[in-house]
Amino acid sequence: MSHELRGSSAIVGVGLAGCGEAHGRMPLDILAEATHNALDDAGLKLSDIDGLFTGSSYHFMPTLSTAEYLGIKPRFSDGSMVGGSSFVAHTLNAAMAIKNGLCEVALICYGSNQRTAGGKLATMSEQQTYETPYKPRYPISSYAFAAARHMHQYGTTRENMADVAVAARKWAQLNPEAFSRADLTREEVMSARMVSDPLSLLDCCLVTDGGGAVIMVSSERAKDFPNKPVYLMGTGTAHWHRQITQMPDLTTTAALDSGKRAFDMAGLTKDDVDVVELYDAFTINTILFLEDLGFCAKGEGGAFVSNGNIAPGGSLPVNTNGGGLSCVHPGMYGIFILIEAVRQLRGGCGDRQVSDAEVALVHGNGGVLSSQVTSILGTEAVL
Amino acid sequence: MSEISTSPVGPGPDKVYADYLKKEVFALPKCKKCGEFHFFPRIVCPHCGSFELEWQPLSGKGEVYSTTTIRRKPERGGNYNVCLVTLEEGPRLMSRVEGIEAEAVKIGAQVCAQINNDSDEPFVVFTPAKEA
Repeated sequence: MSHELRGSSAIVGVGLAGCGEAHGRMPLDILAEATHNALDDAGLKLSDIDGLFTGSSYHFMPTLSTAEYLGIKPRFSDGSMVGGSSFVAHTLNAAMAIKNGLCEVALICYGSNQRTAGGKLATMSEQQTYETPYKPRYPISSYAFAAARHMHQYGTTRENMADVAVAARKWAQLNPEAFSRADLTREEVMSARMVSDPLSLLDCCLVTDGGGAVIMVSSERAKDFPNKPVYLMGTGTAHWHRQITQMPDLTTTAALDSGKRAFDMAGLTKDDVDVVELYDAFTINTILFLEDLGFCAKGEGGAFVSNGNIAPGGSLPVNTNGGGLSCVHPGMYGIFILIEAVRQLRGGCGDRQVSDAEVALVHGNGGVLSSQVTSILGTEAVL
Repeated sequence: MSEISTSPVGPGPDKVYADYLKKEVFALPKCKKCGEFHFFPRIVCPHCGSFELEWQPLSGKGEVYSTTTIRRKPERGGNYNVCLVTLEEGPRLMSRVEGIEAEAVKIGAQVCAQINNDSDEPFVVFTPAKEA
């Protein structure tokens, strides 16, 4: 028997705002504009929203600040904070709330002015007593540890990681909305300034501004909207640690569990997936998640991502908007992978459109490879 | 619900750990039930869930599990090492290896703990182990 949440809700509106640079705008200004665009897309108005799901690095009580700014009075709110994966995780909570009649129109939203506010990572994170004396750089050093360990255990190379950045850039070149679209070679990634070995500046995601919003309703209502509904087939969450010292094996993430949970709920397998949107904060992420989600065997991710295999024209379309590496990355990126997946499943993505896309896998990452959240989205064809 | 066998009053594990370091002792809680050490110090064993713990000194021997060189301009102090060390007793912690170039720290290298007393709050660093 299929899971009761499988396909029970659908995304009927998406909106972006301020991606790149949004000079003079505050995080909630950007979030509100993205919300406006998502409502327009769905043919809804602000007063229709009765469920609010959001996270922030700026607002300690993000649902309260966001609802206040928007002038809405949600019946149900959830500000669960699992870093950049929060917005993917919110799809599960929104689906539960909708299924149980706690809300009818759910808004999942985010906004950040990280780039124009100075480029520093905004954080309300607590001081780490046992790490501060050693001056690691957050979050890059944690990912550098994982990359170094993957190289040591499996022979993954800097060339392999560079190929992740090159593939992302090739997708970005097909996306007029992407922030970084200049030609990029493997050699340029490898010769870029090292930040925290083995990761160079071009192994790291962008620092941009940007906001995104997603509107979810029950599947029963989903056909009453202007756009083709995109159904939430399943979401799975998992976390095994908070700080990198507590991660049992730096080459294996909790995506192993989140992916299985999402596929189980969806009643689908990786062979059903047409397009993959992963949280690529650093090049090593893409390699780790493709392995842990089952697209290749553990240790073979380096070879899998190389030589254009995940680039346009490769065997598996990965991060078709250009990813956090080349499209947009305003502090937390999870909302943007959801939006790109929806747009791919609707069709109409222009030069970067994956043909006959019916199933998309969205994978969010939060903290330092800590929170892993996988969602499977599908068109009516797989409902 | 079982009792916490450690004293219900007095300092918590962060303070106990720091006080040991001030006495030049590198010690961690060991579980009386499953026998495993853990880091960072807690009042519950994260391996088996037991609250029955006791503090024990460590051998100070460890192995570099992963390592990174953080690049910094020479005028700001130059490059430095940050690493993860797996202790002989099992737990893993963040630290740095001193006494060699940052770039020379390799995964798998055997290292020995030292207590850095340069500040009011001592912390553990490592040096390369002497060849046997």
